[in-house]
Amino acid sequence: MTDPVVQRPVAAPDAPPATDGAAPLGEPVFRLRGVSVAYGGTPAVKDIDLDVHASRITALIGPSGCGKSTVLRCLNRMNDLVLDARVAGQVLYHGQDIYASHVDPVEVRKLVGMVFQKPNPFPKSIYDNIAFGPRVLGMKGDMDEIVERALRRAALWDEVKDRLKQSAYGMSGGQQQRLCIARALATNPDVILMDEPCSALDPISTARIEDLLLELRRSYAIVIVTHNMQQAARVSDRTAFFTVDLDEGERHRTGRIVEFDATEKIFQNPADPRTEAYVTGKVG
Amino acid sequence: MSATQIAPTSQRERLLGGLFRASLFVSLAIGILTLCWLMLSILIEGWPRLNQDVLFHFPSSNPELAGAQSAIMGTIWVVGLTALITIPLGVGAAVYLEEYADRDRWWNRLIELNIQNLAAVPSIVYGILGLAFFVRGFLGLGQTVLAAALTLSLLVLPIVIISSREAIRAVPDSIRQGALALGATQWQTIWRQVLPAAIPGMATGSILALSRAIGEAAPLVLLGGLTFITFNPEGLDSAFTVLPIQIFNWISRPQDEFHVLAAAAIAVLLVLLVAMNAVAIFLRNKYQRKW
Repeated sequence: MTDPVVQRPVAAPDAPPATDGAAPLGEPVFRLRGVSVAYGGTPAVKDIDLDVHASRITALIGPSGCGKSTVLRCLNRMNDLVLDARVAGQVLYHGQDIYASHVDPVEVRKLVGMVFQKPNPFPKSIYDNIAFGPRVLGMKGDMDEIVERALRRAALWDEVKDRLKQSAYGMSGGQQQRLCIARALATNPDVILMDEPCSALDPISTARIEDLLLELRRSYAIVIVTHNMQQAARVSDRTAFFTVDLDEGERHRTGRIVEFDATEKIFQNPADPRTEAYVTGKVG
Repeated sequence: MSATQIAPTSQRERLLGGLFRASLFVSLAIGILTLCWLMLSILIEGWPRLNQDVLFHFPSSNPELAGAQSAIMGTIWVVGLTALITIPLGVGAAVYLEEYADRDRWWNRLIELNIQNLAAVPSIVYGILGLAFFVRGFLGLGQTVLAAALTLSLLVLPIVIISSREAIRAVPDSIRQGALALGATQWQTIWRQVLPAAIPGMATGSILALSRAIGEAAPLVLLGGLTFITFNPEGLDSAFTVLPIQIFNWISRPQDEFHVLAAAAIAVLLVLLVAMNAVAIFLRNKYQRKW
């Protein structure tokens, strides 16, 4: 196998700083500069500048249709699956442009895991759900160990260790979502993207996922899209507030970042009145 | 009438609802009863000859001695070979059309439209095609098992493609996205997630398509009309007959004894069909439980 063109720095993720959000930010894992995405010529988001740091949870908030998910899907090139999607600007992963012509999106996705809005376990056993990623990536080592480690990291092991061979469809929604997180962890990614991971879950399952996020923050850069502002305030270190602009005679709705800063600042002392109106619930 | 009252359903609405239900039930009953009547009359007529002779004897000009052994084996050979040819081709075409083809391209839409149309072409037309290209002309295979299987493959391929496409389309996109997001290639996603999830639907569709092939006489009569074969096929280049042709032949004889024999052979054909459909149902249930 040839060396992948996109590589993570050698140290990560085995020796991550256990910062809990306190240490200085350091070099970003992802650096977005002037990113615009258009679907079939219609712009969806414009001029996005965003930094994603290791050991931090970065939340993307804003009203529906503001392009939060679109930006998230730039980070693992899932937008490539949408016909006629065009990404302009720079998406740098540890300084490497993941949209450069020689980069295979498959290599990007090996380093950047993703959890979707609706739990989407494979129609297979719990064990096979976890083992799928390591198998297709050709990971070496004892598969039983890899599966156990991933399930333990996702705080799911004790609940499922006696029924690993049973279908994942027999689990509750919250368990399925934690299985999907475990599945993403199993391939040892550097970054985890989460697209409204709790929107289909009840408050108790949501709380468990949030606890898990705070635990995982030690080892990964996490980007989470959420509609739930309390969730952003509870779990994230940095928050980007998006808004929708009506362009060109209100024919296009284009998303932009209004403000990107430490979460406390966004929620307690926002610089932009639009941010304040949104986070205090006056609009949206 | 005040706004807060729940209006009772009118007598007329109830009557219409009941009539609608009854007419649906009658539609169902007509189909089922016709089938039962058909099977019963076949069983009664063929009963005297429904014994192991029909299974193990070869055709003979003496109706007392004649059996359908060579036709049964011929059917198994031809339909088995048809399955081997159509299932990989049909699934492959379906995967291409569902997972790779860009529907904005006119040639892909043309292929789709063509497959839809081919599924509706009368089987006799495929017989003519088989005669011209497989038996004589281009391939010159003669009146062989292989030529028959190729002809029947043309006949059922569109059905296999269409049912496989439906099975593949029924696999939710979230499964594909989940696999791709883990760093799987498109090929790995299709081979390890999409196809296994689509197996129950594809198996059911393929077996139902083969059930059509097993009952076809017209295209094979056209290929060679071999009806008096007193040996079993031994290879792809063997001469052959199949059950529908044998039945057709016996029914067209003047002697009543052959008609009884034909009824018995029809019963055998029906048993084969029911067995194949049972396998389809079994496969579907087995894989669904695994989920």
